[in-house]
Amino acid sequence: MSETTSRIIKIATKKRYKNKYHWTDYFSYFYLFLGVLLMFGPVVWLGLSSLKTLAGIQEYPPTILPLSQIQVDVEGYDKPLPIFNVTQEDGSVKQLAQIKRIGINAKMVDPLNPGETVKVPIDKREKIREFKIQWQNYVDPLRKYDFLLYFKNSTFITVVATIITLIINSMAAYALSIYEFRGKNFALVFVIGTLLIPLTIILVPVFYVVANFGMINSLWGVILPGAATPTGVFLLRQYMLTLPRELIEAARMDHASEWAIYWRVVLPLSIPAIAVLAIFSIMWRWNDFLWPLIVLSKSEVYTLQIGLNAFHGELTSQWNYVLSMTMVTLLPIAIIFAYLQKFITTGIASTGMK
Amino acid sequence: MENIRNQTKIFFLRILNIPFAFLMHAIDLIMWPIQKIIGVRNMPYIFLLPNLIFFGLFVIIPLGANFFFSLSSGDELLFAERELPTTKQYDQLFDCESYLNPNTCTEDFFWRGVYNTIFFVVFQVGLMIFFSVLTAVILNKKIIGRGFFRSVFFFPVLLSPVVVGLIWQWILLKNGAFNAIIESYGGDKISFLTDPSWAMASVIFVSIWAHMGFYTLIVLAGLQAIPPNLYEAAEMDGTSRERIFFRITLPLLMPNLLVVFILASIKGVQTFDEIYVLTGGGPGTSTSLIVQYIFTTGFASSGSVQNFGLAAAASMVLGVVLLFLTLMQLYFSRNKESKHQEI
Repeated sequence: MSETTSRIIKIATKKRYKNKYHWTDYFSYFYLFLGVLLMFGPVVWLGLSSLKTLAGIQEYPPTILPLSQIQVDVEGYDKPLPIFNVTQEDGSVKQLAQIKRIGINAKMVDPLNPGETVKVPIDKREKIREFKIQWQNYVDPLRKYDFLLYFKNSTFITVVATIITLIINSMAAYALSIYEFRGKNFALVFVIGTLLIPLTIILVPVFYVVANFGMINSLWGVILPGAATPTGVFLLRQYMLTLPRELIEAARMDHASEWAIYWRVVLPLSIPAIAVLAIFSIMWRWNDFLWPLIVLSKSEVYTLQIGLNAFHGELTSQWNYVLSMTMVTLLPIAIIFAYLQKFITTGIASTGMK
Repeated sequence: MENIRNQTKIFFLRILNIPFAFLMHAIDLIMWPIQKIIGVRNMPYIFLLPNLIFFGLFVIIPLGANFFFSLSSGDELLFAERELPTTKQYDQLFDCESYLNPNTCTEDFFWRGVYNTIFFVVFQVGLMIFFSVLTAVILNKKIIGRGFFRSVFFFPVLLSPVVVGLIWQWILLKNGAFNAIIESYGGDKISFLTDPSWAMASVIFVSIWAHMGFYTLIVLAGLQAIPPNLYEAAEMDGTSRERIFFRITLPLLMPNLLVVFILASIKGVQTFDEIYVLTGGGPGTSTSLIVQYIFTTGFASSGSVQNFGLAAAASMVLGVVLLFLTLMQLYFSRNKESKHQEI
């Protein structure tokens, strides 16, 4: 056991030039360390901060962990007061609650002796903190605001759109890979052609088409325009071209209908390619922003992305809710990535799309 | 244990399969008679039909309609109520005393967008390729925890533009984490998003942060395609690492980088979402790009009437730029393929 471990370490740390560290080796690790901080840091920081109280989030300079100031109820005051450690003139430390701050002084009261108030210079006091996780940040927006609805809308769009995309794209890919027919090349060029026309340059007329179908402010107006993807057709077609033709001939001998060949023979064999497209489609749909922003203008049809953006616009100061809902928005994709990381990265590397 | 897990997996897949099979059988009830009538030879058209209908409705017809919108005027979305034909939209868009100074243009917002987009794309693409290559070269080395580092650099690609925008807006706040770090090292606070001269730099930084992983992955694939025997030969000759990089790695990576460059430019020219969330194009117009102009004139003008014609004309201009970039991409990727075949 220990022998294999030491061998693994030896292999892992093996250098191109034996026993000699080049400056690029030091630089590499320094760069990677910095990279982890910069790439991963913001999201970790978001996760930790989403568990803080609003006061904790607005604190400057910020604390890393969700620490919040302890507050106590003092007789004669309506609201709970924050507690400070105050250094007395004789050097001893005493716990006092702050009533309010006036310039560089703070009006404070001893919680054990609520009758007297004292004035303390603010640099003589220090906050007392405790580790406290604010789960309300996650519960409140789901209850008070419509985030549960947005979540449902987003899920509906993602699931339905992915199913439609998979079915119609695989049908087209099946036709373009298995059959020889008149106009096949034209159809192929047609599909490539649509690859050259991104949504950003046909925003106005697509909106016109969707409006003509009466799908403004409807989830279908978001789902349908992007359902046929040229990248999807190509990905599936390239894969289906590799399937053995004998299987299809055999199925035809057994009097299977063409549709049955499609879904009983070709689809099950193309599962790897379909899975890649499914993951891409889920990612596209869940993260989609510009098109839903144009089609959806009523809050009852908002997706999570649009809802989050609108919520942030209305309530800029409610960062505790914004941060927690940002976490909710990114979590599904993060979970998918954690499970299917290798699948996604090889999918992107081999197709060059995202 | 493994066996039980597999069996449960298969069991769940079977259950999931039931509605799918049901749907497929139902469709077969329609497809079978169709096949009987038109014959097997004509079946591929039926399979192509749904996809082509979608492409036709949402790509081809809109493309034609875009010409129509850009060549007509009026406030209505309906064709019958628009005046045509007229080049009014293009005249208005290109009405400038001097194209170098956006203030002299009727549509100064559009020309600011054009210049901002050029500035944005030059720096974003340039810096992004530099860092992608640097990261890919380092990740291609034999380092400890390579898989971990690779996914760390890659994962922001999966985040939505709203999430990216909100995270960074919050970190770059005046009282945010970045300023806290700067102050703790004795610097002064910077208004990253509200100071016009900093806003563009922040936007470029965030956009690189969000998309770098994708290009790193492509460059990494290119690096791994370089034949290892070249390195072995160089090592035998005792070539220095710097020389190996500049004489072997970089030249062999060049075709790959060209494709990355054009791909990044195509995406960069169309940037909208992150900036919309991050700064909303502001302060003023200092970070508003062309797509932002199209969006604002076409869909979100507050105060003035939505001008579909002008937005369509602007998207035609953008379309020409994109077409040029795409043709370049096709040309270079074909060149790259033929070179690979030669090897």
